[in-house]
Order: sequence, then C-alpha cells, then structure tokens
Amino acid sequence: MDLIITLMLVFGLVFFLGGSLGIIRFPDFYSRLHPAGKLDTGGLVITMTAFAVYTVQPLTMASVITSIKILLIIFFVFITSPTAIHSIVDAGVRAGLEPWEKKGGTGT
Amino acid sequence: MNRFDKDSSKSAKRNRRLDPGAFVLTLCITSVFWLFFSGRFDLFHLLLGAVSCMMVSVVTHRLLFPKGVRARLGLTWFRVAGYMPWLFKQILQANLHVLYLTFHPSMMRLINPKTIEFKSRLTSDVARTTLANSITLTPGTITVYSDVLGVFVVHCIDDRSGQDLPGEMEERIGRVFDE
Amino acid sequence: MNDVFLYTGVCISMFMLMPAFRSIKGPTVLDRLVGVNAIGSKTIVLLIVIGLLYERVDMFVDIALAYAMLNFIAVLAASRYFQKRKGLYQDVSAAGRGTSPSHRKEP
Repeated sequence: MDLIITLMLVFGLVFFLGGSLGIIRFPDFYSRLHPAGKLDTGGLVITMTAFAVYTVQPLTMASVITSIKILLIIFFVFITSPTAIHSIVDAGVRAGLEPWEKKGGTGT
Repeated sequence: MNRFDKDSSKSAKRNRRLDPGAFVLTLCITSVFWLFFSGRFDLFHLLLGAVSCMMVSVVTHRLLFPKGVRARLGLTWFRVAGYMPWLFKQILQANLHVLYLTFHPSMMRLINPKTIEFKSRLTSDVARTTLANSITLTPGTITVYSDVLGVFVVHCIDDRSGQDLPGEMEERIGRVFDE
Repeated sequence: MNDVFLYTGVCISMFMLMPAFRSIKGPTVLDRLVGVNAIGSKTIVLLIVIGLLYERVDMFVDIALAYAMLNFIAVLAASRYFQKRKGLYQDVSAAGRGTSPSHRKEP
C-alpha cells in the first residue's frame, strides 16, 4: 500500500512540475492558462487521493471523516478551478489582450 | 427607484412562502455537511447543528432550488454520475498530452495557439455550463466566451486538441440533460 | 513513509518558485494572477503535507478547505477588478515604461 501511495505522489509531483514549468515556458497569457489551471488540478487530484488513502488506514471514525474531508476538497477544487480560469480569461478578453499566434504578430 | 422598490417587495413576498420540498432537501444536505465537518456526535453539537442548519435552510433553499424540486432531478444526477468516468478518461488523456508538450524541448515549434468558434445546440443553462466546464477541464482547450445564442469561442493550444471539439462531448451532455 | 511526505513537501515548495517567478516578472497583471492562482493550488496540498508531518491532519484539513475557498474568492475578485484596466498590454512592449499602475508595483 505504501508503494502505491508513493507512486501516486510521484506522479502528482510530475504533474505539478509540468504545471509550474508550463507557466514559465509558454509564450503568452492565454496559453499559460492551460498548464496553470489544469495540470495543477490534475496533480492536486492525484496527490490528494493518495493522502486520502493514507489517512483512512487505521479505519476509525475520525480517520474516515478526515478522509472524506480531503475528498470534499478535491470535489470543491474540481468545481471551482474551471470557474476561476473562466473568470481570468474573461478579464483578459475584456482588457483587450490578443492571443499570440504562430507567425509573427504581437508576441511577448 | 420606484421600479426597484416594487421588485424588492415582490421578491420578498415570494420568499416568505416556504417551499416544503426544497426546504427539506436543503435541510438534509446542510445536515450531512454539518455531520462531516464537525465530526462530533454528542448532544450539544448535534443541537447546535440542527439550529444552524434550520436557519441556513430557511434563508437559502430558494437559491438552491429556484424552481422547486422537480421529479426528474434524481434521474439527472444518476446520469451525471454516468458521464463522470468518461470525462475522467478524457481529462487523463489530454493531461498527458499537455504534459508531453510542456516537457518537450522544442515546444515552441509544436504548439499552435488559435481560437475556434462553434455553435452549440444545447439550450438550458445547466447543460451549457457543464459543457463549458468540461471543455476547460480537458487540457488544451479553454472556453473563452459563450453567449445566449449558444456560440462558444474556444482557445486551443495546438491542432490536435481542438479537432474533435463539438462532437462527442456535446452529444453526451445532451443525453445527460435530456435535450 | 514520513520521509516520503517530507520530500513531497520540499518538492512542492521548490515548484512554487516557478509561479512566483512568473508572478513577479510577469508582463501583465493577469499573468501575475495566474501565478498566484497556481501557488494557491499548491499551497492546499502543502497544508495537508504539513498536517501529515505533524500528525494533526484532522486539524489541517479544515485549514486547507478554508484556504481553497479563500483562494477561489480572491482570484475571482481580483480578475473582476482588473478587467477594467485599460492598457494592460501596452506596458509590455517598449512604449509605456512605468506609465501604468501595474508596472509601478515592481520593486
């Protein structure tokens, strides 16, 4: 069981690394949102599931409730993360940022 | 000013009427949340929870069920639960794709950001919100804009992620919400 | 198992430096907002890791939940506020050096 949890943690950390690296590497604001919003969400879901599995192990009342709370955090983040991204994108559109295109144009 | 006063008095009159079904359902939901979050089961905490759940339900059951409890609501939830595994599979696949793009050394050559536009046939608010959230959760695509007529503007990171966009996802969501 | 959690926490803290770089250096205000959002979603995991290390997960999980809500509301409010700014993009290019309020925040 410990091995599975460690593997899930490593997998989630790879997702987090991808998200963080993507924020630096991608060329403009709109494409930066792709790794920022979603690889982070994916990493959070995987690592939190690992923590929930680890916490539930003695199988008492308190540990089950703690585990359910961790699952509720996952659910909450899963709902709110697209909403936050939509909000940021909407702000970008209204402020008049133009998407970066491949050939020339207004790149940062 | 006059119009505002009339509206507020009208909504207040509507809120004074208690919708029993919605009230009981909201009470159940808030009670379950109270039990999980407090984690104590002695008499004092249960009583405290009952009182506060009652207060919250009286105020907010109109917000949670604006049109009252419909009979179909239960069936829709089961179909949403059936939609979830497919969405998870899509999310995992596309996540790996964006991960590959991010770690690729010559990423700037591979990506090709562009916006595409399509018209959705979904009509209800909930279905459209689900579609927009699903598109955003599937990496490589972000819903930039959607309006009353059902026009969706989507930003894609490369050619592959935007290819099959309006197709299967919209079909499945239409089946879930029965449109 | 404790070591694994310790190294996980260290790794997450390291990864936080990259969005922090983006939120300090980022050309527009919204880039900074993206960086802050990414840091926030990593902090939720970091809080649970800290709880596991101190063996008080039951306490830290509540803090993490409250932090998730606060992070969401903060991002929502900030993006609602910054959508009104004009010239968000002009100060990136060479022209508007130090003219916009967004630029003056930098040390």
